[in-house]
Amino acid sequence: MDGGQRDYGIPGTTVFDGYLARKGYALNRMCYSFNSADNRAEFKRDEEAYCRKYGLNDEQRAAIASRNVLQLITAGGNIYYLAKFAGILGLDVQDVGAQQTGMTKEAFKAMLIAAGQ
Amino acid sequence: MANVIGAITSSHVPAIGGAIAKHLQQEPYWKPFFDGYPPVHAWLGRAKPDVAVVFYNDHGLNFFLDKLPTFAVGAAAEYRNADEGWGIPTVKPFRGDPALSWHLIESLVADEFDITMCQEMLVDHALTLPMALFWPGGADWPVRIVPIAMNHVQHPLPSPRRAYRLGQAVGRALDAWDEDVRVLVVGTGGLSHQLDGKRAGFINKPFDLMCMDALVNDPERLTRYSTLDIVREAGAQGTELMAWIAARGALTGQVTKVHSNYHIPVSNTATGLMVLANERVPQAQAA
Repeated sequence: MDGGQRDYGIPGTTVFDGYLARKGYALNRMCYSFNSADNRAEFKRDEEAYCRKYGLNDEQRAAIASRNVLQLITAGGNIYYLAKFAGILGLDVQDVGAQQTGMTKEAFKAMLIAAGQ
Repeated sequence: MANVIGAITSSHVPAIGGAIAKHLQQEPYWKPFFDGYPPVHAWLGRAKPDVAVVFYNDHGLNFFLDKLPTFAVGAAAEYRNADEGWGIPTVKPFRGDPALSWHLIESLVADEFDITMCQEMLVDHALTLPMALFWPGGADWPVRIVPIAMNHVQHPLPSPRRAYRLGQAVGRALDAWDEDVRVLVVGTGGLSHQLDGKRAGFINKPFDLMCMDALVNDPERLTRYSTLDIVREAGAQGTELMAWIAARGALTGQVTKVHSNYHIPVSNTATGLMVLANERVPQAQAA
């Protein structure tokens, strides 16, 4: 059970399993707290202090500071909770998708439209 | 005796809430999506449900990883929406139907579905947006609701087969409910989409269309996929298809397709919509 991240054989896809749920618990708990406007404001006032309050480890604090979604996922972040963090930053899911795929937002949106053709 | 009039399955992409709030329904980006709904309004106007049983997934409003039920049945007199963190407007509260909730709970547990029972439950966009699409305008909701939340956050997720069996158990319970009410079943989410990872933006139109076709006449076909098959074919968040499968499972009669719509993209998602009518099959004469 402690054997690290399993490979589920689906390229470019993270299966948020028990390993990640445990690894990411503090990070996801912090992001879950962003349902509250007061908490979002408190985070914005002092990110570092807020991350410490929720017990994020170094990897998770660095990932939050970097705003790098792939790093946040590697650190155990679940996309449903990370979306609340992205909301604080004013990022929508196309911004998040473009960042993870290394595309411009325009190219990412064009890819989505092409999927419907 | 309760009359299950049919099911509506619909996407619930959060951006829909923003589009409704900003009245963007006729903008070119949104029109092909919103144009799917007037036939739903017409059908609902004729079908006149009293109560809606809604299969959906909570995205971290009511449930967190501290205690995450695989299946949770609401048993509240009222359900409220709340801030989910990224700013879509909240909607009016929904009236519950505690008597039906407890009937479903008792029936499901007797049927070996060990569900979680919730007398307090916030409902997120996955429930509120389809309702706002079915009954636009912001007036009081014309139906009472029984929410049934399914885990789509934390693997292991329930399998397609389990989702279908859950739906069938709900269908049996509804058929046995002795109140004279008209019941709409709702399944929300999907279709194919993936928000996270290097495969973000993944959409699978052929798979979605196959699923929409199978849901009408051959839903058992979808139960042969594993959960990971659905992740692979429909994307990491495409597992929300399971709510559609559960809703279809709850229709125990003769099912016909009334209406469907499919549009790519809204946000990062292939959106789908189906209206399925359910005609009770007369019981065969007991021998």
